[in-house]
Amino acid sequence: MALKTETMVLNMGPQHPSTHGVLRLELEIEGELILSVKPHIGYLHRCFEKHAEAMTYPQVIPYTDRLDYLAAMGNNFGYVIAVEKLLGIQIPERVEYIRIIMAELQRIASHLVAIATNGADIGALTPFLYLFRDREYILSLFEMTCGARMLYNYMWIGGLSHDIHPDFVRKTKEFIIHFRPTIIELNNLLTFNKIFIERTANIGILPIDTAINFGASGPVLRGSGLPFDVRREDPYSIYNRFDFEIPTGKGLVGTVGDCWDRYYVRVLEMEQSLRIIEQAIDNIPEGDVHSAIPKRIKPPKGTVYARVENPRGELGYFIISDGNLNPFRVKVRAPSFVNLEVMGELCKGHLVADVIAILGSLDIVLGEIDR
Amino acid sequence: MKQYLKNTFDGIYTVLVGMKITFKHLFTPAVTIQYPDVKVKLPDRVRNRLYVNMDDCIGCDQCSRACPVSCIEIETVKSIPGEDLGITSNGKKKALWVTKFNIDIAKCCYCQLCVFPCPTECIYMTDVYEFAEYERSNFLYKFATLTDEESAQKKINYEKFQAEKAAAAAKPKPETPAQTENKSE
Amino acid sequence: MYQFLYDLIGNEILAGLLVAVVPLTIILVFALFGIWLERKVSAHMQDRLGPMRTGWHGWLQTVADLMKMLQKEDIIATDADKTLYNIAPVLVFSGSFAAYAVIPFSSKLLGSEVEIGIFYVLAISSLVVAGILMAGWSANNKYSLLGAMRAVAQIISYEIPTALIVLSMVMLMGTLSLDKISQMQTSSFWNWNIFGGAVFGLSKFLLIPFMFIAALILFISTLAEVNRVPFDIPEAESELVAGYFTEYCGMKWGMFMLAEYGNMFAVSAIIVILFFGGYQSPIGYFGNSIGVQWLVPFEQGFWFIAKGLTLVFVQMWLRWTLPRLRVDQLMTVCWKYLIPYAFLNLIIIGIISLL
Repeated sequence: MALKTETMVLNMGPQHPSTHGVLRLELEIEGELILSVKPHIGYLHRCFEKHAEAMTYPQVIPYTDRLDYLAAMGNNFGYVIAVEKLLGIQIPERVEYIRIIMAELQRIASHLVAIATNGADIGALTPFLYLFRDREYILSLFEMTCGARMLYNYMWIGGLSHDIHPDFVRKTKEFIIHFRPTIIELNNLLTFNKIFIERTANIGILPIDTAINFGASGPVLRGSGLPFDVRREDPYSIYNRFDFEIPTGKGLVGTVGDCWDRYYVRVLEMEQSLRIIEQAIDNIPEGDVHSAIPKRIKPPKGTVYARVENPRGELGYFIISDGNLNPFRVKVRAPSFVNLEVMGELCKGHLVADVIAILGSLDIVLGEIDR
Repeated sequence: MKQYLKNTFDGIYTVLVGMKITFKHLFTPAVTIQYPDVKVKLPDRVRNRLYVNMDDCIGCDQCSRACPVSCIEIETVKSIPGEDLGITSNGKKKALWVTKFNIDIAKCCYCQLCVFPCPTECIYMTDVYEFAEYERSNFLYKFATLTDEESAQKKINYEKFQAEKAAAAAKPKPETPAQTENKSE
Repeated sequence: MYQFLYDLIGNEILAGLLVAVVPLTIILVFALFGIWLERKVSAHMQDRLGPMRTGWHGWLQTVADLMKMLQKEDIIATDADKTLYNIAPVLVFSGSFAAYAVIPFSSKLLGSEVEIGIFYVLAISSLVVAGILMAGWSANNKYSLLGAMRAVAQIISYEIPTALIVLSMVMLMGTLSLDKISQMQTSSFWNWNIFGGAVFGLSKFLLIPFMFIAALILFISTLAEVNRVPFDIPEAESELVAGYFTEYCGMKWGMFMLAEYGNMFAVSAIIVILFFGGYQSPIGYFGNSIGVQWLVPFEQGFWFIAKGLTLVFVQMWLRWTLPRLRVDQLMTVCWKYLIPYAFLNLIIIGIISLL
């Protein structure tokens, strides 16, 4: 006689140490084995898109900060590019350079959090602190420039809120010198640690065709081996002037597209971001960052879609203007939202502990998913 | 078998590498500070609590309109001729009594959008960041310098003045009072 | 010690109680110190400072926390099995407490001079498993249940490599008594078991590498038995919130904590006794050289605690360095790596000891 067995439904979240915010995962488990995963979102819904319709164009920028709060500069960047496209204005060179430096610093800061939390989820708490120490350095660079540490409202339509601080260039160079050894230390302490490899290699393998079908982007897609980067595919701002590589998952310690690959792509991307900053930091032209800011932002009727490569993937803004001071509609293509959808595919057949590793490697931000 | 031994070796070796790093950090000085005793020096552009210098405020309402979360509430009353409101530090003549200038700092999102349009630079962000309160109502900062009675008086003064003006204007042309009343609203 | 106290007081019950109080005090004091040490070690490894406000470098922080825990309301979930729920922390704590009964802190300070000391420790520490399973089941929380299941699987599995290493040591030493094992490694660190024991000869040199392996395996497997990183999956905080004691609060939770820290020192003590000479000084006794005999037991106590704390420090050091393993990898490490190595080690040590 067979024993009557039942599967267990485990609610992971919205309050859980490693769901990165208020995500709820409904796990159907048999012992420790995952049968299915259902993500439930919406606990952080703030009606960003509806809000934007009631705001004037510059007033939307502080709201974009709060989408992906770990990469607020990138969010500002995407929005202002979209509105500038709509207005058809030319941006001074100086602004372009500073924007790129800020976006790349922000990418490093965001990847640091992603790597740190991925490690901390797996149990390594010490690298977490080391990486946050360096992130703090970047945040103080931002604070020096625009006065805020997290929600900057720095990039404005046609310019920037502040010019860079006189010390900024020197301190950024100092940061680059200081940061390179941290990457090496991180690799020794965590990346190539046998236990970490055991926990992440061959876990949550995302084949490249599945990744494309789900519309994944950013490190999640690149971890699967496709060198797709908006900075290269559809260069915005002045990215085509810089020399940088697009790291992809190679399956160094496991299969291509596993958690370790997604993690390692982020480590390599930080190195590439440093390269871009190094190229840009010495060539910032003179100029006025406020000169191109329009007095009255009232774009003509029309629609626009602009996309940027945010640390989490392709961030797109679709704006419909009806010729008023307020946008008629703002739609955000949030990379985390799209990336989260592969969760159900990745977790099947793994154990409960792997859900944490997989979720960490997807690097989601709930502010952006729930909007 | 070779893989087996390699796994054993890797396991022990990488653990030792990690232990070496953490041991080194045991003797590096801490990067954190003891917060309430020691405070970081904030950069000069830092964005924290809003402050309004009422001596300079001309009540133009531009900050209130720029605010994306509508946390600034301003009410003004026009001054009547003969009242001297003084001038702002950059030489602008004030023409409005600011009877109400409330900032609900609990709503404020520290975006600094209100600071830039101000013509007299009287609203700005300070470096004060320790202003926690036990009551939510304490977050409603009232900057208006006039007392309630004073502002009521100003309102009455202005209405009286308007009425007088309307009365004066009504004598030659009887249809204008309605228009002036509309404007005053 | 019981005999000594019995002679002193002349009352069986009182003497017995006093004997029991000694390890309890040691556990409590050690837990206070251990938690503080853990906080400071972790903080400094992470470039932080840790607790700094309560006393010098926050040494009173644990006392403050204890005060807080004692004052806390005792909350029991409605659907919890109240009897089991209340027994579990006591059982877990008594399991780790009882192990101290046979640990010789010095030649004079040992609770009970049982001949089968090491066997008793292995047996009594299994009591913890029952407590953990009770805690996990009775709380009626899915996370607790998963944690308890993991804990039981883990502790039972890791008892095998522990037992194999203990077996090889017992084979070599020819006794189960922890006091006698300690006594055999006297006079200098060269006589410790990690360096092949006190018998000088070819077999001593042949034994050294295998003793190192044995000590390592014992250290790893005891690490797993006390649920420390990288084997802390029963309470994996990022997966299971707090594992089997998720639902506990106040002093009941505190008892799990005490048991954990008590266990940490207990297993370190076992390793110290088996491999690092127990309470024996590595450089000879100061009391002997100046002719003050009564000083020797105190020196022995000092050395024992110093050695034990060093191992506890290594446990903490590992905890703040490594990620944690997954439940199946944990079993792989145990069954596929530790047990074969331990078994091979046992055979080799057996052959060498025959030489």
